[in-house]
Amino acid sequence: MSRPAAVAIWNVSKRFRLHRGRRVSTVKDLFVRGGRTALFAGEEMWALRDVNLELPRGRMVGIIGSNGSGKSTLLKLIGGILKPTSGSVTVAGRVSALIELGAGFHPEFTGRENIYVNGVLLGLPRAEIRERFDEIVTFAGLTPFIDNPVKTYSSGMYMRLGFAIAVTVDPDILLIDEVLAVGDEAFQHKCVGKIQEFKARGKTILLVTHDLPSVERLCDEAVWLDSGRLMAHGATRQIIDQYLSHVAREEAQALGTEHQRAEAAAAAGTAQRWGTREVEITSVKLVDGTGQERYLYDAGEPCTISLAFRAHRLVEDPVFGIGVFRKDGVCCYGTNTAIDGVAFGKLAGEGEVTVYIEGLDLVEGEYLLDVAVVQATDNHPYDYHSRLYAFAVRSRVKDTGVARLAHEWRLHERGGT
Amino acid sequence: MAKRLADLYRFRALIATLVLRELRARYRGSFLGFLWSFLNPLLLMLVYVLVFSVYLRVPMENYAVFLFTGLLPWLWFSSSLGHATAAIIGSGALVKRILFPAEILPLVSVLSNMVNMLLSLPLLFLFLFAFGIRPGPVLAFLPLLLVLQLVLTAGLVLPLAALNVHLRDVEQILANLLVLLFFLSPILYPVSTVPATLPVGDLLTVPLRPLYFLNPVAGLVESYQRIFFFGRVPHWIHLGMVTTCAGVAFWGGYWVFDRLRDSLAEEV
Repeated sequence: MSRPAAVAIWNVSKRFRLHRGRRVSTVKDLFVRGGRTALFAGEEMWALRDVNLELPRGRMVGIIGSNGSGKSTLLKLIGGILKPTSGSVTVAGRVSALIELGAGFHPEFTGRENIYVNGVLLGLPRAEIRERFDEIVTFAGLTPFIDNPVKTYSSGMYMRLGFAIAVTVDPDILLIDEVLAVGDEAFQHKCVGKIQEFKARGKTILLVTHDLPSVERLCDEAVWLDSGRLMAHGATRQIIDQYLSHVAREEAQALGTEHQRAEAAAAAGTAQRWGTREVEITSVKLVDGTGQERYLYDAGEPCTISLAFRAHRLVEDPVFGIGVFRKDGVCCYGTNTAIDGVAFGKLAGEGEVTVYIEGLDLVEGEYLLDVAVVQATDNHPYDYHSRLYAFAVRSRVKDTGVARLAHEWRLHERGGT
Repeated sequence: MAKRLADLYRFRALIATLVLRELRARYRGSFLGFLWSFLNPLLLMLVYVLVFSVYLRVPMENYAVFLFTGLLPWLWFSSSLGHATAAIIGSGALVKRILFPAEILPLVSVLSNMVNMLLSLPLLFLFLFAFGIRPGPVLAFLPLLLVLQLVLTAGLVLPLAALNVHLRDVEQILANLLVLLFFLSPILYPVSTVPATLPVGDLLTVPLRPLYFLNPVAGLVESYQRIFFFGRVPHWIHLGMVTTCAGVAFWGGYWVFDRLRDSLAEEV
């Protein structure tokens, strides 16, 4: 990297001690073993492991990762609030951390008094606070309330005041932890505006958030952490894609496990399965376009529902059906071989019925599947599996409703006025 | 140590702001507000006067004023220890999220209690005057006593506040120790009632008075009483003992605090 580093993290690990119940095993321990060992007895947890990272000056870096991946710990290490267990953190310049805004507000005091105390805490000289007082209040949009105690503030007002004070500190490196979610739309725009102003002035900004669109929109580069390890660091778009496909893989794995459990439950017998069992559905699988069994799909992907059956006696024209339900019970789609005018004739022994779905055009969400085989004339169920199987649809398009209708937008201008 | 003191000096604006906030927060929402800083020691004194002067009939002239003289520094000392020990835990949100030297928190408690006591001093002078006691030039020792007490208290609260983060028992143990210390210091009684020696059996004689002054609070309270009430210079040996204790406590207290410093943000 050609630019000088604003933050250099070298081989950093951070260990936390987890206390269960009593903090020190016995008083005797404290005095006999003495000092650190006894005081810090307890289980350990590595919040960060061997992280090496160099962040160049003047860039905005997004730190992403699932909960508990060590993002906030990393921020606190850079902010100097925590010390690494091993390795070193070097920071060039003054750091301001926006980690939980309004920390240190005293509820009994007015907004005015808290601006002074909080400002001084963040390292602002009193004279500067006095000078920029009106600016802070106006930015927070709290002019009419500034002389009320902050305990009367809503949480949004509280956060806005915290943000307004924190950005008044003129840092070289700004650490932001999940604060863009603060306040209403209008205030968020102000925040983003402030951040862009910082960027324009060549400040280094680190942003921890789960809001990936924000990262994509604002950050020049991204860092992905998982379980305390640095997974990747690079161009924002690329890192987000890596992270998302990792999340999708994990989710798919979880859904696969869940499906196995559902099949086992069906085999063992459950209230969600009924019927006379002349024909049994012995296995239900979802298979993707490449023939892989899978339970997580991108919207619009092809998918095949495969029902393995065993007919214990000869049956004529059994009707196979499927139904897709949303978790709240809304039926998204249901059909069967009778409705579709398909007849498989006489069946005996084992076999497989498949339904090929060309495009799984559902909106993002989790879905449950009903499958059934019923008698053709009196409709009594041979085997009915109700909401036993789950699958999920992921989409980068955040449309709403139940199904995605194939569509296209056009504009036909008439001309004139 | 010099670096630590320089750090504290650098953060003086923060310390001043926090002291002011603590003082204002204490009586916020109460009708009498700041008057309580006078009323509290006054009411406490009246209780002791009732018990010791009226019921037990302690034969001492101007007992109420004598009591008040010792009570003021004692209240500064004991409420400092009580508040400061819980200070870091009480401001956990701050320690976890904002980078600043955490020792400021207990020190702010000590300082705000000191201001409280300074504000009660006019009341003490009023009493002395009313009872016809004129302390005179020995009052010049007052600043020295205040500094000594400040350093001693600061030295004690630093390790206590840090240890309390790891071991909340510290607060409980301290509350009990303070009761013991109260009776081991010459507040309710003058030093002259403490026997110089205490015979144990036939062979052994315990030199009680020297042992008594191993407690630096005893020497400190006695010095206040001497300059205010008795109009005499402090006892040099006792004052020397206090100075030594204050120095050792401050140096040792900071040493312990530094050892625990890095763990505070994650344990609090």
